[in-house]
Amino acid sequence: MFKYESLKYDSLADLVAIAEKIDMPLSSVVLQEQAETAETTTDAMYQKMAYALEIMRDSVKDGLDPDKRSASGLTGGDAYKMMQPVKEGKNICGKVFGEALTKALAVSETNASMGRIVAAPTAGSCGILPAAILTIAEDRNIPDHDVIMALFTASAVGMVIANNASIAGAEGGCQAECGAASAMAAAAVVEMCGGTPQMCVNACAIALKNILGLVCDPVAGLVEIPCIKRNAAGVGNALVAAEMALAGIESAIPADEVIMAMKKVGDAMSSALKETAEGGLAATPTGKKLCQKVFGCCQ
Amino acid sequence: MMLQVFDIIGPVMIGPSSSHTAGAVRIGKYARSILGSEPVSAHICFSGSFAKTYKGHGTDKAIIAGILGMETDDPRIRISMDIAKEKGLEFTFEERDIDGAHPNTAEITLTDYAGKTALVQGCSIGGGNIIITKINDTVVSINGKSDTLVIPHQDIPGMIAVVTKILAEKGVNVHGFSLCRDHKGGTAVMTIEIDGDINESVTGAILENPHIFSCTILKAI
Repeated sequence: MFKYESLKYDSLADLVAIAEKIDMPLSSVVLQEQAETAETTTDAMYQKMAYALEIMRDSVKDGLDPDKRSASGLTGGDAYKMMQPVKEGKNICGKVFGEALTKALAVSETNASMGRIVAAPTAGSCGILPAAILTIAEDRNIPDHDVIMALFTASAVGMVIANNASIAGAEGGCQAECGAASAMAAAAVVEMCGGTPQMCVNACAIALKNILGLVCDPVAGLVEIPCIKRNAAGVGNALVAAEMALAGIESAIPADEVIMAMKKVGDAMSSALKETAEGGLAATPTGKKLCQKVFGCCQ
Repeated sequence: MMLQVFDIIGPVMIGPSSSHTAGAVRIGKYARSILGSEPVSAHICFSGSFAKTYKGHGTDKAIIAGILGMETDDPRIRISMDIAKEKGLEFTFEERDIDGAHPNTAEITLTDYAGKTALVQGCSIGGGNIIITKINDTVVSINGKSDTLVIPHQDIPGMIAVVTKILAEKGVNVHGFSLCRDHKGGTAVMTIEIDGDINESVTGAILENPHIFSCTILKAI
């Protein structure tokens, strides 16, 4: 029996090494270690993750309502709009991509309209992971078991990012939230599609590289503009990274070094660009006007 | 702190933000449990950043949901105001800055059918975590993560010993304790945070003392 005590989630390379040594997917390593650490059974852990998947599915459905609006009234209905051309087979990038965008918008709009979501890793970035895994699972008829297991792989990526950089917009900008979610989703998709542990980590590295430096600049401080559309962009990025990794493309910069770079970029970012609603899109004339509209004064 | 998978994939929550929804639900829920009965009216005062942003974040709906006793992941939070009207709970909101309060502070006054009232002030400090800062006239600091006893009593010598002796006899471990009073010889309030569950036999024994006005168990939320 392999001992998992040494696993600290501070290195994706270490995780890959363990998985390769015992010839198991990343998700099995993570599930075993987490159950041991929490002194519970793997089945209890698995069931809890199965519940998260169920809530994710519900949060997609809830977000497809054309009439649902956010509490502020600023957003809503975009997932429904996105779904129309996809249903008719008219969207330009094909069914899988169109459905992924629809789902990401749906979950994100569910969040903005006070619906129930699973933070993954945060509420602001909650659309990316469900959109990626549910779209690919449906398209390729992947059984729920594999999807649930892939969520453990996604969690491991999230834990390493949280431990070595950040998953909070206020600390690292949007790269920490939508970037982390995108990297988690990319790794999960690769595992679901039969990729190796190293390919999962390559996908994580590629996804993070593509979103490095993205600022967190929510209009009026609300988790709506631009967050909802950035969830759509985030799932697009996750699929881009997963496609490349599954094709055998490697990341020139190893994932662990990309995460270190992400940390340094986040630290170097001005606080105006880290969730304070003082910079970026929040500080545009229209951003300020929308803030005025919701709150009667500019924050 | 060691992270777990469910810190990354989770919590299951009602959006849009943990501090403005989950935290607000918990403050409302705490106020309800301090009242200890079904409220028929609620007056909510939002201070600081809560006052400026509560409408956009749905903090008002979240706090009403908590007063109605809902959990932080209850999908009915977004329609809590309609449910309140159905249940005959009247509510009003006020925007007023409370001196020295945390930016995300709410002060809730609840009244039940018999006319009993409770005033509870709390703040949402991020990630769904809260601190209850005031109960009626008493300054407290309760995070709601463990069961807490709130015991108003007459400000006379020996009251702490009376209560802690009973807790010791019942095998209850205390991990947090605070005491405040309005004025010398007036009403003082003990708040005692304990490990594990606490049962009614403890409150029964505490209430036998004539100088103790009441003894409420606030369950962890």
